[in-house]
Amino acid sequence: MMDLYSSQRAMRHMRKAAMQRGVIAILDIGTSKIACLVLRFDGPDKFRESDGVGSMAGQSSFRIIGAATTRSRGVRFGEIDAMQETERAIRTAVQAAQKMANVRVDHVIACFSGAGPRSYGLAGSIDLQDSQVTEQDVARALASCDVPDYGEGREVLHAQPVNFALDHRSGMGDPRGQIGNKLAVDMHLLTADSDVIQNLLYCMKRCDLEVAGIASSAYASGISSLVEDEQELGSACIDMGGGTSGISIFIKKHMIYADCVRMGGDHVTMDISKGLQIPFATAERIKTFYGGVVATGMDDRDMIEIGGDTGDWEHDRRTVSRAELIGIIRPRVEEILEEVRGRLNAAGFEHLPSQQIVLTGGASQIAGLDGLAPKILGQQVRIGRPLRVQGLPQAATGAPFASAVGLCLFAAHPQDEWWDFEIPSERYPARSLKRAVKWFKDNW
Amino acid sequence: MRSLKAPLRDPAPSRIAYRIQRLWLTPMFHTLLKVWLPILVVFGLVAGYFSNADNVAALRNKAADIRRSIQERPEFTVKLMAIDGASEEIAEDIREVVPVDFPISSFDLDLSAMQDRIEELDAVARVDVRIRPGGILQVLVRERIPTVVWRNESGLDLLDAEGHRVASIASRTGRSDLPLLAGAGAERAVPEALEVLATAEPVKQRIRGLVRMGERRWTLVLDRDQRIMLPEARPIPALEQVMALQQAQDLLARDIVAVDMRNENRPTLRMSVPATEELRRIKGLGPGAGDG
Repeated sequence: MMDLYSSQRAMRHMRKAAMQRGVIAILDIGTSKIACLVLRFDGPDKFRESDGVGSMAGQSSFRIIGAATTRSRGVRFGEIDAMQETERAIRTAVQAAQKMANVRVDHVIACFSGAGPRSYGLAGSIDLQDSQVTEQDVARALASCDVPDYGEGREVLHAQPVNFALDHRSGMGDPRGQIGNKLAVDMHLLTADSDVIQNLLYCMKRCDLEVAGIASSAYASGISSLVEDEQELGSACIDMGGGTSGISIFIKKHMIYADCVRMGGDHVTMDISKGLQIPFATAERIKTFYGGVVATGMDDRDMIEIGGDTGDWEHDRRTVSRAELIGIIRPRVEEILEEVRGRLNAAGFEHLPSQQIVLTGGASQIAGLDGLAPKILGQQVRIGRPLRVQGLPQAATGAPFASAVGLCLFAAHPQDEWWDFEIPSERYPARSLKRAVKWFKDNW
Repeated sequence: MRSLKAPLRDPAPSRIAYRIQRLWLTPMFHTLLKVWLPILVVFGLVAGYFSNADNVAALRNKAADIRRSIQERPEFTVKLMAIDGASEEIAEDIREVVPVDFPISSFDLDLSAMQDRIEELDAVARVDVRIRPGGILQVLVRERIPTVVWRNESGLDLLDAEGHRVASIASRTGRSDLPLLAGAGAERAVPEALEVLATAEPVKQRIRGLVRMGERRWTLVLDRDQRIMLPEARPIPALEQVMALQQAQDLLARDIVAVDMRNENRPTLRMSVPATEELRRIKGLGPGAGDG
């Protein structure tokens, strides 16, 4: 675990270097598409509106100067399946974005949806040495969290302190400098399969890119799709992607839970393909053009040509009514939503003060989902799209780009994570010079 | 069944293409290739060309040819020399000292040198040399005008009003219209001499010449070998005094040899020997009177 801890630290340094250079790339590696955005940071003073309203969520300090999307290859369930293919797809996206931006990007922040994310809630507390809370105390409190046994072959993807408590006062954002006796911290730990992460890092290394950060796409979608009060009061973001549907629950502007259902839009397409005996590409096209989840009487008469290539006239002139198509799509969408419901229930979502659910991602664009989803997920459901960021092309403002846009915000304003805090002096190696310096600092 | 259509082209760039594009987008490399490389190539080519001596010589020749072809255009050709304000004789001299082969390009004429050379001629007071439109070398001369004849050790010279030599003459009769000066250093006091001569206007018919004595003062010589010796300083008032005497008493018609005005407080007359004896006789003095 110390290994990833240090590599996460290295990524933060890389991010700092990228900020200094002013250009960073965002790479959303999904099952159905790979999106690459090139961000330019010009400092907070640029692009500021004259009306005195400050930057909102920090997104006004950057602008997108390059954007490219390519069909994803070699990715299944949000995990790299064929590395060569994925590498080619990443190269395609990065090259196109670089060409549009007319600048070379070396640093990249990536997100992915698979790898079986699992959430843990950690708690730790320490007695303060002085009465005032210092950075060292925060670090020690974080270090005192008893790390659960999350299993072999897993790595920590996010470890964010979500709540600090000083004596009886809880819900603090920043306890530094405050007076108290006992500092307690709650931390949200998200782990993922280390093989998947390693594959992803290796893939990006093969494209000559330096990884400046890595995030779960469910988290990124939550940042971009949930509006401020939803993030504050408690809500869930369902990022319905191609191969997976990511779930992230936010409260008090912190992610407290993330999970992933290994079903998505591609499964719907596969069902159509199997049910109608047509190629996958045709099924995808039919789903996009005619898909829906609520059948009406009109749909029985709406015949869709599904075609074929066999040369058999009867086979190639097949038609299917839209009602039949909906009959194939709906059960799978229901299944996905029910699975999501199950995960939310398991996470205790019903205990949150507000139970807003926001559906986003490419599969959320299916017609009639806003009628179907409330029946399964409860009344507070809306279809969300990511908030607008400066310079984003019109084609990339839709729901499929929720995680890419979220990752932009993540790049501009990352949440403080465990590795952003100082290492407590006890954790240094016994003979370290730093430890000696620390001891002097603490005792003199 | 296999598809009969060719598979779609892979949109992914090859590793090499990807790397090359990234390299191209590197700012330093970009400027290197787009700015410095062309500069270097051009500089190298030029330097390589000029490092060969033959090339340099050929280029020089070419430049000289072009220059020549421009200089030899008819617009720049000078066809003849026109000398204005000079007598035949001096014009001949000028043509002698500045020999020019016409037609010639105006670029090949060194006008200031020509001017200097012409000004070296004694008879020329001032000269303007210029090229007139139409290919004419115009020489505007102002001659020195001879005002006096100076007899010196080497012969007879003509001098102008400032005392500058104009020409030599063989005999006095050639320019009998001009007054005669004599004596060493006379040429340095010509203006004063002219003033003296102007003052002596009433006896102009009798003047034979003006002699510079000891390079410091003038003696006016009249016919009958009469001399008017003028002082070194202020000779004009002294001469005016003599002229007044001449007008009032017809002094110079009398039998005197010299009027000595060298000491202005003591003007002296020197009479001829017969006159002196006559005076003595009249006064009853002297040997002639006493005896006779």
